[in-house]
Amino acid sequence: MLDDEQEKPIMADGNEVITDFEEPINDRNRVAPVIEFRDVHLAFDDKVILDGVSFSIRRGETKLILGRSGGGKSTTIRLILGLLKPDSGQIFIDGEDITGYTEEDMMHVRQKIGMVFQEGALFDSISVYENVAYRLREQNVEEDEIEHEVRRMLRFVDLEDAIEKMPAELSGGMRRRVGIARALVGDPEIVLYDEPTAGLDPPTARTICELAIKLRDLQDVSSIFVTHEMNNVGYLSSEYAIINEQGEVVFEKEGERLCLINTEVIMLRDGKVIFNGTDEQLRKHRDPYIQNFVYGKN
Amino acid sequence: MNPLTRFIFELQEISVLIWRSFVSLFTQPRYVGEWIKQMDLIGVGSLPIVLLTGFFTGGVLVLQTFPTLEYYSIQNEAGRSVATSLIRELGPVLSALMVSGRIGSAIAAELGSMVVSQQIDAMRAFGTDPNRKLVAPRLLALIFMLPLLTVAADIFGLIGGAMVANQLYNQEVSVFVNSARNGIQIADIIGGVVKPIFFGLVIGSVACHKGLSTTGGTVGVGKSTTNSVVIASIWVIIFDFFLSKALQYLLDMGRI
Repeated sequence: MLDDEQEKPIMADGNEVITDFEEPINDRNRVAPVIEFRDVHLAFDDKVILDGVSFSIRRGETKLILGRSGGGKSTTIRLILGLLKPDSGQIFIDGEDITGYTEEDMMHVRQKIGMVFQEGALFDSISVYENVAYRLREQNVEEDEIEHEVRRMLRFVDLEDAIEKMPAELSGGMRRRVGIARALVGDPEIVLYDEPTAGLDPPTARTICELAIKLRDLQDVSSIFVTHEMNNVGYLSSEYAIINEQGEVVFEKEGERLCLINTEVIMLRDGKVIFNGTDEQLRKHRDPYIQNFVYGKN
Repeated sequence: MNPLTRFIFELQEISVLIWRSFVSLFTQPRYVGEWIKQMDLIGVGSLPIVLLTGFFTGGVLVLQTFPTLEYYSIQNEAGRSVATSLIRELGPVLSALMVSGRIGSAIAAELGSMVVSQQIDAMRAFGTDPNRKLVAPRLLALIFMLPLLTVAADIFGLIGGAMVANQLYNQEVSVFVNSARNGIQIADIIGGVVKPIFFGLVIGSVACHKGLSTTGGTVGVGKSTTNSVVIASIWVIIFDFFLSKALQYLLDMGRI
């Protein structure tokens, strides 16, 4: 996981770039779902949270989950992590049925997943360095390797200067970025974002989305991005990241040169999937609820 | 959910919490650093308030009982009276109540805040068992440190009693000490150390359970904290009665 024996190319901002994709694009692994929900139901007492939810995410794909508050978006993420168990249905991670897994069984599954929480969920009593190093410390990784990895991840989110700070000293946007750095330690195959831009000003929200785009396009990470903000949908489903000749990461809009096929949208309403498709299909959808959500009117 | 069902449900959850924490002490990974940190916070941190409580309790016991003992001309037994009251009853119970107020509330508030700010979820997401990392060290620290704090409170209670007897009633310190030494049985000392072990378990498990089951944001944290102190204090007093009875039976305590 942290085997850095082979030298990797470095981007202008100091981040390593994955260029040596082992599997070709038409490999069966790339088509097989990394995450799959099959008819998942969940209710708390009489309140139905998820009602027959089914969807799948391929390797390297980002799924944006949209919906109003209380619609079951964050619950979906908690189910993937095994923090909640469904009443019925099946959940597969990397082809493995985790539905009946115990807390102990889930530990190895969680190694593959990075999670970015709504407010960052940083551990208040330890520094930024220790927060980002948390997962590695749990795995008894050596200190030198921990420091290298922590600095690499903090460089990725452009927060290396904050390494010694305590979470209380950080702004909301910085907390989310540290949360992203912490989630990326150990190079997880899947990253889950639970409303990472909620309550942030537009430029900071844009920065968070750019980080998600970089991960998707340059690191080949599969992800779920829970949000209720259409701005995020705009950024994530119409822009892509590439490295230019100077080795800098640049963001370009899809168009005639390239059409993004690795980002799709799911919309949840009262625990049901009412839409699953591309952002263009979403914007053209005639359902009044979707129209209201997308354009703020019927 | 009716109150009886809720009570049984909570009892079951607390039992599971204790069992999981107990098992985690014997399997890897063990957070020994966290054990020591909690022992320091709980034990050393609570020492001043427990010592003060013990000192003034011993003093007030002499203040209240000396005139009565003097009336019956048995004022030389003041040391025995204070020692048995403190070691059997007041030392363990008052130390437990003080620790419940200081530590029980802190544990419930800390864990409750971690729950509402999703830090517990984050911990689980990163493959850490919160029972192993948070609950077990706190339970262990309370079970180890509360008996030690109680012994310290007992000693300071006797010092307080001796000082009041000497300064206010002109009793020689040696008379007080001899009387106390004659009055204390081995069974009293054993009982005085066994009780706080159970009290530590009660305070820790109630506080951890209340903290980890916090819902409803910051208001919920406040509720959990209050509930933790109130419930743990009540259980300490209830347990004290049954433990006293059991110890009387097992150790033949309380004859004199």
